[in-house]
Amino acid sequence: MQSAATGGSSLRLQARQLACERDDRLLFCDLDLEVGPGQIVRIEGPNGSGKTTLLKILSGQLGDYQGELYWDDVPMHAARDAFLANLLYLGHAPGIKGALTALENLSWHQALAGEAGDHRGRMTALAEIGLAGFEDVPCAQLSAGQQRRVALARLSLIPRLLWVLDEPFTAIDKDGVAALERRLLSHSARGGSVILTTHHDLAPLGDIRRVRLGEGGSADAAR
Amino acid sequence: MQHVERLAVTEPRGGLGVALAATLRRDLMLLMRRRSEVMNPLVFFALVITLFPLGISPDAELLATVAPGLLWVAALLATLLSLDSLFRADFEDGCLEQLLLSPQPLALLVMAKVAVHWLLTGLPLALMAPLLGITLALPAGSYGILSLSLALGTASLSLIGAIGAALTVGLARGGVLLSLLVLPLYVPVLIFGTGAVQAALLGDALAAHLAILGALLAGALMLAPWAIAASLRISING
Repeated sequence: MQSAATGGSSLRLQARQLACERDDRLLFCDLDLEVGPGQIVRIEGPNGSGKTTLLKILSGQLGDYQGELYWDDVPMHAARDAFLANLLYLGHAPGIKGALTALENLSWHQALAGEAGDHRGRMTALAEIGLAGFEDVPCAQLSAGQQRRVALARLSLIPRLLWVLDEPFTAIDKDGVAALERRLLSHSARGGSVILTTHHDLAPLGDIRRVRLGEGGSADAAR
Repeated sequence: MQHVERLAVTEPRGGLGVALAATLRRDLMLLMRRRSEVMNPLVFFALVITLFPLGISPDAELLATVAPGLLWVAALLATLLSLDSLFRADFEDGCLEQLLLSPQPLALLVMAKVAVHWLLTGLPLALMAPLLGITLALPAGSYGILSLSLALGTASLSLIGAIGAALTVGLARGGVLLSLLVLPLYVPVLIFGTGAVQAALLGDALAAHLAILGALLAGALMLAPWAIAASLRISING
C-alpha cells in the first residue's frame, strides 16, 4: 500500500474530546477520533449507543455536542464549505424518492453535489451495482435492498474523499456485501477515508480501526 | 504494486445553478406524479366557495359584498392545507439530510422548493379564483385584480408558511402547530389582499394595496429563505 501522505489528498477529519448527551443520557464522552487518507474507521456498539448520532455529528448535521471537530486542521465552523465539498454521507434513510426512477434519483444527487453528470455515467454506475434493467423503474417498485443499491451507486458516481456511511450493508445480499467491501477497500487504496457503522462482520479490510461506543459513555479506540 | 489513481480534493466551487435547476425539476416531477396532492387544495378551495351561496343566500348583492373576503380566506386556508407536506416527505426518506449536506447554500435550495410549491398551489388558486368569483356574483371588472392580488399574496403565503413547515417537520403531528404559528403572520397579507379586491369593486385607487402586497412579498423573499434554512437545521437537530 502506498504511504498515506503521498498524492493530492492528505485531508483528515479529527474529533477531540467529543461528548454528546441526548435526553439526559450521556452517549459518549472524551472521544478522540482521527480519520486520514486511506483509513477506514468502524464505529461499533450496541443498539442505542449513539452510533448514528456520532455519524451525524461527524458529518456536520448535529451541532448539539461538546468538543471540537477539525477538518484539515481547521476548526469545523471555519472549514464547513471545504468539508461538505469532500463529504459523501449515506444515512439510515437512503434518500431515494419512490416516485422517481433510479436514474432521476441519481441525477438529483449528482446535481446537489454540483455536478451535472451524464446519462452514460449513471447507467454504468447502476449496472456496476447490479441494477441493470431497473434504471427506469420507479424506486417504489424496487425492493429495500435494491433501493439501498441505488443509494450506494452514489459512491461511484460522486467522487468524494470522505465517506460517512450509516449501516450501508442493511438489506444488501451476500454478493452485494462482498462488492461493497471491495469498493471500500479500493476507496481506501485510492487515498479516501471511510467512517461507517455496521453490525455486519466485515471481511478483514486493510487499514481498519475500530471505535467502540459502550454503555456508560466512555469510548475506547482499539486498533 | 500497481499504480492506483488517487482521489483528488474537491474544492468548494460553483454548481449552484445545476443544483437549483435539478431541485426545481425534481420537485415539479414529484408533484406531477402525485396529482392528488396538487389537486387537494384546489378542490378544497372550489368546495368551500361553492358552499357559501348555499349556506348564506343566493342574493347576488349580498354575496358580492362578502366575495373578496371569502375568496381570500378560502385561498389562504387552501395554501395552509398544502404546507404540511412541503418538507415532510423529504424529511422521512432522508433527502432533507442530503439537502442540508449539499455544498450549496441551503437558503437558495429551499427557495427552489418553495417556488415549486407556489407554482403548483398559489398560482393555480389565483387562476381559479375568477371562476369561483362568478359563483359568488363578483362584478366582472374585478377579476383581474383578484387574480393578481392572489398571485402576489400566495407567493408571500408560501414563503412564510415554509418557515412554519420547516419548524414543524420533525414533529409527528405538526399540522395544528403549523397553523397556529403561521396564521398570525398571514393576517397582513389577507388584509391587503382583500383590500385590493374591495378597492377594485368600489372603483377606488388600488395601487397602494398592491404596492403593499408587493412589499410584503419582497420582504418575505429577503428574509424567509434564511429563516427556512435555519428552521430546517433546528428541526434536524431535534
